[in-house]
Amino acid sequence: MAEKKKLDLERRAMPKQPPHIRRRNFREVAHGYTPELAIAEANRCILCKKPSCIEGCPVDIDIPAFVRRLAEGDFLGAIHKLKQTNCLPAVCGRVCPQETQCEEKCNLRKKNAPIAVGRLERFAADWEATQVQQQMPEMRPPTGKKVAVVGSGPAGVTVAGDLIKLGHKVVMYEALHEPGGVLTYGIPEFRLPKQIVRREIDYIRKLGVEVVCDYVVGRTKTLEQLLDRYDAMFLGTGAGLPWFLEIPGENLCGVYSANEYLTRMNLMRGFAYPKSSMPIKRHRRVAVFGGGNVAMDSARTAVRLGAEESYIIYRRSRLELPARIEEVENAEEEGVIFQFLTLPVRLIGDEDGWLKEVECLRMELGEPDASGRRKPVKIPGSEFRMPMDAVVVAIGNSPNPLIPRCTPDLMVNKNGTIFVSDVQTGKTSKDKVWAGGDVVTGAATVILAMGAGRAAARSMHEYLTGEKLAGTTSEVASS
Amino acid sequence: MFKIVKLQRMVPNIHLMEVDAPEVAEQVQPGQFVIVRAAEGGERIPLSVADWDRKAGTVTVVFMEVGASTGRLARLKAGDNIPTLAGPLGKPTAIASAGQVVCVAGCYGIASMFPIVRALHEAGAEVTVVLEARGSFLLYWEDRMRALAKRVFTITRDGSSGLRGHVSGLPEMLRQAGVAPSQVMVNGCTFLMSQTSKTLGGLGVPITVSLNPIMIDGTGMCGVCRVSVGGQMKFACVDGPDFDGREVDWKELLARRKQYLDEEAYLCHRASCARGV
Ligand SMILES: Cc1cc2nc3c(=O)[nH]c(=O)nc-3n(C[C@H](O)[C@H](O)[C@H](O)COP(=O)(O)OP(=O)(O)OC[C@H]3O[C@@H](n4cnc5c(N)ncnc54)[C@H](O)[C@@H]3O)c2cc1C
Ligand code: FES
Repeated sequence: MAEKKKLDLERRAMPKQPPHIRRRNFREVAHGYTPELAIAEANRCILCKKPSCIEGCPVDIDIPAFVRRLAEGDFLGAIHKLKQTNCLPAVCGRVCPQETQCEEKCNLRKKNAPIAVGRLERFAADWEATQVQQQMPEMRPPTGKKVAVVGSGPAGVTVAGDLIKLGHKVVMYEALHEPGGVLTYGIPEFRLPKQIVRREIDYIRKLGVEVVCDYVVGRTKTLEQLLDRYDAMFLGTGAGLPWFLEIPGENLCGVYSANEYLTRMNLMRGFAYPKSSMPIKRHRRVAVFGGGNVAMDSARTAVRLGAEESYIIYRRSRLELPARIEEVENAEEEGVIFQFLTLPVRLIGDEDGWLKEVECLRMELGEPDASGRRKPVKIPGSEFRMPMDAVVVAIGNSPNPLIPRCTPDLMVNKNGTIFVSDVQTGKTSKDKVWAGGDVVTGAATVILAMGAGRAAARSMHEYLTGEKLAGTTSEVASS
Repeated sequence: MFKIVKLQRMVPNIHLMEVDAPEVAEQVQPGQFVIVRAAEGGERIPLSVADWDRKAGTVTVVFMEVGASTGRLARLKAGDNIPTLAGPLGKPTAIASAGQVVCVAGCYGIASMFPIVRALHEAGAEVTVVLEARGSFLLYWEDRMRALAKRVFTITRDGSSGLRGHVSGLPEMLRQAGVAPSQVMVNGCTFLMSQTSKTLGGLGVPITVSLNPIMIDGTGMCGVCRVSVGGQMKFACVDGPDFDGREVDWKELLARRKQYLDEEAYLCHRASCARGV
């Protein structure tokens, strides 16, 4: 039936703000596809008999099906297909590492032109947002069961959305004054406009989820106290505890954790200072330690705040950078300076406690380590100093210990993540309590958090009603 | 939204605010704090809890008007709503049930010391309260303290009440009164806490201070509140706010607290311009 199409190997680029302009504003970098571009890109899909792209998707989105609908101009059909398995397509289309997921598995990748699945996903979601009438999903009749969701990041939002549709009453608790988790306080506006996050939260509110902010579970009420009010609970509290390098000088003024730096900017709208009341400093020379998405976000934020020099200092080489390739390229275009194979060893301050210099060591790559990446080794005697006004430490996060500390019978692993007996369900060691997302996996990705939420919601529903939902549980949680 | 039940000026620059927050009121313990926002879009301000009424479901804080955000808070009135009151945060103060406890307090710390004094008294410790201020016009709640404590002393810089001078006079004052402290507790500005730790450090008893670094989330997420205690990095909002003052790196804390003075001053200036002051 499928006539043989001529291979179109021109991956359609997404229009973007030019680097010299976007360096000076916080607006979104990419404008997204126009309908024409989306249709053209979707038409490149060769509709493989055995579509391997789906294997690459942590939540098993039926990618060929939604892409085909786009190719046919059936945008509504496309977004419905997407939403069957992904409740946050506008977010995932923007922040998922597609190059190591669906797009890596795309058969056109061998020709260096994988279908731009992420851009298409984003297009479909954005298109839906412009439609006057948002379709409301089918809602099951009330079951009379009450569920508490702790944390309002992608994991929590997914659980809340799924369980409310299944007829349970859902209350979502968030410690901060705005919901959204990392999507709100961490990922910058220029990569994920906050309006999109707000839209997703508004959507689950419209479905009936009650969102309670400024509520620190473990402190405002203990888990035990909350469990008296609910039939089940989901912990999606993320990995919010910032690591430091534990080198001398990390408490100097001008040294930030990435969480602090980004929270000041995003959650507290520091970029609008002095119109907003969150004071921020406009440092001239900024060094960011780390090589992940968080580091890129910090270095690019520094550029936008007017830094003359914004550095990424990373102890491995370019090849090992864990950040999304697209964001590394964006950072380079914006003028971020990369110092690879460099390890900060000491921060040097002045009399008044302000950072002045960063002392680093050069590294070289040695034998592969447990992660399969070549291990960086110090080059003795290679110390050098860089004058610096600010340092942002972006070397990782682990789960916040607040809830485990207040809940002795909730088992945690050595690295602080919450222990779950089965990753397919997210059931914790504590009666009536499930967990998922970064709090279980350690800092990971939005899509994995969402997938874990979905798996937990199914398990919780079965626990609450005895009903096993049809369909397969996605493999998300296991990866 | 949290409704303000009462907002009044106690002494110049120091205000008391009672807020309707039943979930917090039910849970709060001495030594804990809450995070308050005066308005949407406003800063998150950490404030020690000064009192609570579990039945009425209210929480009382006492704050000093120091910057744009606290200024905004001070201009609200009973009946107004504030968007955020989150807590109770931090570990509760450990309350001794015996011994002679000396509680040194100044500024807004007088208020946050009150529930500690009450708890110590109820637990059976003998409490000596020392209130410190520039002048008697800055003292408040002396009567409340007298109702609970065995002794109440005051120290004022200008001598308008009690001993004239500073906390450096404390050791002599305690000796004369025959007080041999088994523990010292200090609430107030960083200067008072650091000076008291130095002055009484030689006694060889724990000096519990309630640290007040810059905070944002108050839940251990941002690390801006980090302090060096005994050479280790601690997050004051979750590991504290109480630490032993003998182990705190005061110089670092003072520097870190001052980081945003310029920006704060600028905001205050802007805010007063807007009000035509
Ligand atoms: C700067 C940055 C950039 C990133 N970029 C990407 C990217 O490009 N692509 C990608 O896929 N992933 C990215 N990630 C990772 C991704 O954001 C996370 O994996 C994901 O958000 C985890 O979701 P979650 O629901 O588990 O937790 P979170 O999003 O962390 O949400 C947890 C929420 O729980 C709240 N909470 C915590 N404790 C309590 C408590 N006791 N009571 C009440 N509430 C509580 C927190 O305040 C928070 O709002 C990035 C992360 C950061 C920090
Ligand atoms: S205030 Fe952010 S970690 Fe303590």
